[in-house]
Amino acid sequence: MTDRVGRHAAAQGLAENVTQTMIIPAQQAWPSDEPTAGPDAARQGPVQQRPEQQRPEQQRPAPRRTAGRHASGRAAAGNGRTSPGGDHQYLAPAPVPQERTLSSDHPMPAPAPQQRPQGGDRKLRLVWVYPDLLSTYGDRGNLLVLTRRAQLRGIEVEATEVNSDQAVPSQGDIYLLGGGEDLPQILAANRLRADGGLARAADRGAVVFAVCAGYQVIGDSFGGVEGEPVGGLGILDISSGRGDRRGVGELVADVDPALGVPRLTGFENHQGITRIGSAARPLATVSLGVGNGNGTEGAYGGKVLGTYLHGPALARNPGLADLLLSWVVGRLRPLDPDNEEWAGRLRTERLAAVER
Amino acid sequence: MSKLPLRARVATAVGGAAGRVSRLTGRGDGSVIGGALGLRVEPELLRLLAVGRQVVLVTGTNGKTTTTRLITAGLSALGQEVASNAFGANMEAGLASALGRAPDAPYAVLETDERYLPAVIEATSPRVVVLLNLSRDQMDRAGEIWLTARRWRQALATADNCMVIANADDPLIVWAASAAPLVTWVAAGQQWHEDSWCCPDCGSHLRRDELGWRCGECGFARPATRWVLSEDSVIDESGKVRELRLILPGRANRSNAMVALAVAAHFGASVDQALPRLREVKSVAGRYTQVQRHGRGVRLLLAKNPAGWLEAFDVLAPAPVPVLLAVNAQTPDGKDTSWLWDVDYRVLHGRAVYVAGERRLDLAVRLEADQVPFVLVDGVDDAISQVTGTELDVIANYTAFQQIRVALGRAE
Repeated sequence: MTDRVGRHAAAQGLAENVTQTMIIPAQQAWPSDEPTAGPDAARQGPVQQRPEQQRPEQQRPAPRRTAGRHASGRAAAGNGRTSPGGDHQYLAPAPVPQERTLSSDHPMPAPAPQQRPQGGDRKLRLVWVYPDLLSTYGDRGNLLVLTRRAQLRGIEVEATEVNSDQAVPSQGDIYLLGGGEDLPQILAANRLRADGGLARAADRGAVVFAVCAGYQVIGDSFGGVEGEPVGGLGILDISSGRGDRRGVGELVADVDPALGVPRLTGFENHQGITRIGSAARPLATVSLGVGNGNGTEGAYGGKVLGTYLHGPALARNPGLADLLLSWVVGRLRPLDPDNEEWAGRLRTERLAAVER
Repeated sequence: MSKLPLRARVATAVGGAAGRVSRLTGRGDGSVIGGALGLRVEPELLRLLAVGRQVVLVTGTNGKTTTTRLITAGLSALGQEVASNAFGANMEAGLASALGRAPDAPYAVLETDERYLPAVIEATSPRVVVLLNLSRDQMDRAGEIWLTARRWRQALATADNCMVIANADDPLIVWAASAAPLVTWVAAGQQWHEDSWCCPDCGSHLRRDELGWRCGECGFARPATRWVLSEDSVIDESGKVRELRLILPGRANRSNAMVALAVAAHFGASVDQALPRLREVKSVAGRYTQVQRHGRGVRLLLAKNPAGWLEAFDVLAPAPVPVLLAVNAQTPDGKDTSWLWDVDYRVLHGRAVYVAGERRLDLAVRLEADQVPFVLVDGVDDAISQVTGTELDVIANYTAFQQIRVALGRAE
């Protein structure tokens, strides 16, 4: 089997030749998060349809994010880097998520989209917290996937990486925390507590997405190098400790139906166990793997969500990425099937591989 | 050899026979199975086989196999036999097998798996330990690299009569090596910084500038170096500058060569003696050589982790020469493909990209996020059949690389 996707684009000398022409009227530049926007809103406004015959690779501009720079590109350590994402076409304002039905054993309300300040600043502000401490294995993927899926919907993205010697800005929309080894994890927790920026942002209603060590850090406490309790940030009502054995392998879990996100698939690599308090609820129920260690996996409370799926958890779970985006901007329009193809095929392959 | 106890001689003979069978039946290069059988007969085999030799251990995340090969070449200038596990079989069985096959070699250059270094130091009492670099690699089985560095640190602290030759540009390496009684620091460089933003000693943010790196809080800093690489030249301990002019491509291999020259010098082979031997190395375990296939030149590069991919990108032929990327996730590769997201694939813009391997869909999703156009293919021959030019570069991780070598007829 050979797929030809992308081949044509490659032969044509790639995306750089394609000009982005769409101009976005300012008042339409942000997909509506007004509660009154109904499903019909998707048909209003300056919808720019992509010509069917074009493959996605042909019409995208070359990526311009700087927060997505890698490796040697981060050589300028200690400087915050903030830059706009690409100017992408605006596709449609979207209706707000419908009121979610809560099951009776989980009394916590599902979050509504936060109120964004109206006016000039209409970028989606992503903040990657402490990549110098919390980034062990592909954690950048979550930033890349959120950026990509926002931009494909015409949402402009401003991504910032904040190192541990810098102040965490409190005005971000979505904060990301990655995995880390024991010592950096403890250091990150101490610095985040002293800094206060992330806690202020969470209080304000910002979205926080944390994986693995970052998940433990945003809770009340976690296990240190010798298993001793270390204080966390306390923005998610969980507490973690050290389990007897390391959970390493594929993880499959079914997400709380209230969130409307398909089955989680990913990789876990941790020795943590996590207990969920009354102000949070489990993100999912484990069908393969360890997760929190009690049959559940991850947790969420308000718009703060954490998971043991480490690294690029959102790459295999675009539904979870969209949930986070929708918590900021309201209901999202579905992406073109072209843009979902590879993630969809990967999900199918991975889920089938572990069922064998 | 004749001084070995009977059990060890039997073990070596059994192991050697099994290795020959493995090679003859095409199941492998025979370097692991022989040692594994031998060790089952005599658990102390590695220790017994190392007695009386000048042993060099080479470890680090990337560059082990190539550096081992280059050191072996450099030491050959001394005119005596050098035992080596040249094919990258770097756990105890592979090491025992290498020594067993060269019973009379006074020198042994042994590539050593990072996790096994403390045990192998204990078993072989090496005269030199080379520490190249440490970065994220196969997190699902190798574990956390700070813990690896800490185990090295403990093992090296008591390594008497052993010169540690260590890369001063990698903070984690410096932390591990600085516990050793004897260290020669070399400026072997570090392209990949993502695993060393924090001080290994106190955890604070490390500062970097043109002079190197230092911790802003505890004062832990890059040590002064005795061997330095400057473009294509090496500056040795005496300050003498010589052009390397290697056949092996890339900055990483120039660093590896400098390390090899430092090791050779330690044993009395001067740079002028050793360097010509290094220049003869064209290919290392199938890497770097160009193989002709259906009228096209195919060049194989191995990259097993993000730092390795950076180095591989560094030696790619200039665009628009197409590239095939092949990724597997078998046990030797690590079963977790998360690391793909640590590699910046945007450097591949401007050339055709083919994607193969058992985990090609992971790579497809990754490339889509970087908006790098690609074509899924079934393997190296499928890619070759679609290439329009006369060249194809291939970057593959461990088992994907071996599969491609088999497909190309194990060309050297």
